[in-house]
Amino acid sequence: MPELLALTGNDAVAYAMKQINPDVVAAYPITPQTSLMQKFADYVADGEVDTELVLVESEHSAMSATLGSQAAGARSMTATSACGLALMWEILGITSAYRLPVVMPVVNRALSGPINIQGDHSDTMGARDCGWIQIFSENAQEAYENTLQAIRIAEHPDVLTPIMVTLDGFIISHGLETVKVYDDAPVKKFLRDYQARYTLLDPSKPLTLGALDFSDYYFEHKVSQLQGMLKSPQVILDVGKEFYKTFDGDCCYGFYEAHEMKDAEMAVIVLGSTAGATRMVVDDLRSRGVAAGMIKIRSYRPFPYDEIARELANVKAVAVLDRSIAYGADGGPVHGDVRAALYGKHPVPVMSNYIYGLGGKPIDMEHIMGVFDDLKESIVKGHPKRRVGYINLKEGNTPSLVG
Amino acid sequence: MAKLKDLVMEPEHLSPGHRLCPGCGVPAFMRLALHMAGKNNVVVCGATGCLEVSSTIFPYTAWNCSFIHNAFENAAATMSGVETAYRALSKRGKVKAPYKFLAFGGDGGTYDIGLQSLSGAMERGHNMVYVCYDNEAYQNTGNQRSSSTPMGSNTTTTPVGKNSYGRKGFRKDLTGILIAHHIPYVAQATVDNWKDMMRKFERAFEVEGPAFINVLAPCVPGWKYDEKLTIEISRLAAKTCFWPAFEVDNGKWKLNYKPKEKLPVEEFLKPQGRFRHLFRPENRHVIDMLQAEVDERWADIVARCETSPS
Repeated sequence: MPELLALTGNDAVAYAMKQINPDVVAAYPITPQTSLMQKFADYVADGEVDTELVLVESEHSAMSATLGSQAAGARSMTATSACGLALMWEILGITSAYRLPVVMPVVNRALSGPINIQGDHSDTMGARDCGWIQIFSENAQEAYENTLQAIRIAEHPDVLTPIMVTLDGFIISHGLETVKVYDDAPVKKFLRDYQARYTLLDPSKPLTLGALDFSDYYFEHKVSQLQGMLKSPQVILDVGKEFYKTFDGDCCYGFYEAHEMKDAEMAVIVLGSTAGATRMVVDDLRSRGVAAGMIKIRSYRPFPYDEIARELANVKAVAVLDRSIAYGADGGPVHGDVRAALYGKHPVPVMSNYIYGLGGKPIDMEHIMGVFDDLKESIVKGHPKRRVGYINLKEGNTPSLVG
Repeated sequence: MAKLKDLVMEPEHLSPGHRLCPGCGVPAFMRLALHMAGKNNVVVCGATGCLEVSSTIFPYTAWNCSFIHNAFENAAATMSGVETAYRALSKRGKVKAPYKFLAFGGDGGTYDIGLQSLSGAMERGHNMVYVCYDNEAYQNTGNQRSSSTPMGSNTTTTPVGKNSYGRKGFRKDLTGILIAHHIPYVAQATVDNWKDMMRKFERAFEVEGPAFINVLAPCVPGWKYDEKLTIEISRLAAKTCFWPAFEVDNGKWKLNYKPKEKLPVEEFLKPQGRFRHLFRPENRHVIDMLQAEVDERWADIVARCETSPS
């Protein structure tokens, strides 16, 4: 029987890792990931897993060792945050290029500088184009379940692509929630045994991995790598359905969650923990007869362009909430993706972008209510009240040239 | 130890057809080194560098054993993952064959950008041999100065000019740094003394835990000498005590080669184009400084070997 436990997000992910019992975990501590790896180290110390835990001297080595281990045929994991992910950056692209299905929880935190340990999405957005699948979690429950599902998605023979499972630093990682955990036996059955197709440790088939490509092969190899990402959407859906069926889960896992979108006139698009507050605002507005809705993106990479466009087909105004800045771009990265999704569609909703929550700046229901107020005004005017807004910024700090 | 005539009958891990320069000593010692893993299977991990790029140009590979290249600065960290996977999978019964692990890097990938990764892997005690082929500059990209480049060397980033006699300052003592890790086995070797080299690799594969071997690897285009002189220059490095052959086996220091007559460092410098300018009268002081450095390091190693408990 599933059990209800009081767990932080980090504990919930560590619990998933306990059930995965990877062959190898290589990790380096960084706030706010630290308590996740500490919890996992407890499992190792108590013999609840028999994982080989490698305590490396940096995140660069964490990712390097994880790559080596996975290439040797071992199911391998690591976890990190922020600057740690930035330090791994070089090896992220190599891991995905070698088609190694590593699963890495990333506890989202602001990138330095200035140094800040609180949550925002600048770290994983910075690693957005490294060829990893990126799955966002709203709460500890999702972080737990996404971690389990990620193993199956990454290791699928059509995919063989590494996955970051993200959870917002502190808000999810350190917040205590009631988490429903599933029994070890069905989880183990769901996860299946890992058997790599190619490994460094097969004496009958020696392998050279990481050869030098010149212009006669590099482009072709990069495009063949893309195939894994292109085939992943179907696998993400299939694994989500299987998980839902196996565990009688609380929600069905697709690319996104559409909340009250059926007849919505205005919508907010959001990633991660802020979806919780947004859902409550939408419910409040609905109770007062306002046709508000929310889309919570789960699969950010691959991004569900067609599906999002369909959801927005009858929406008059949409606001995208971005928890990071894309310097020099038209608003935040999620905003750019949603705009791309809507290209060529008619009619298009009035679009606004709101940057929020950088370095852990709080976002409350009143702020989100304010976004819906802006959307209401935008519908009346026929153009966005703000093209790019900044939520909860101190007075006088709004950048100039922002409409 | 196996005899050379027996070794040549064994299958090669590193096959001909790679694209290293004519006269390069690296493939010669690497072939023999890998024989010393005996009947074990071997996984080799290479840092980005000459040997790596020249041996694995897609769709070809010169490696008959499993080989992995990850990046420049992380051969040791990558291999620590491979070695850990081997232990994990053996424990779980998924891998049954015996394996040994050899990681390599040039001086750039070992002294400089890969030092942290190497230090971490050695400290954690992974059962691997790490070999540095030290050609005293970033030779793969055209002789840029590294922290192993000797004083006075004419490199492309420390060029000789009106105000420059080449590289300033002394070489980093990487072997000393590895000794300070107190790992089971550390050694220095030169490519001219293959017997000494083979014994060292045999020992390195034999010990439980990490082993490190630093091999001086003369570089034809970077050091600018006639390609037939690789072994001779290597021998001069040993005879001048520029590159002492010694080992520290579980804390015990041992000198492996003591020249009957210690030659002046000029004998090592003379055949090499990278030092030609040092023989101008105004650069005499650079040779003197180099000689003083060599003398001091040699005396230190000799003293440690003589006082080391047997």
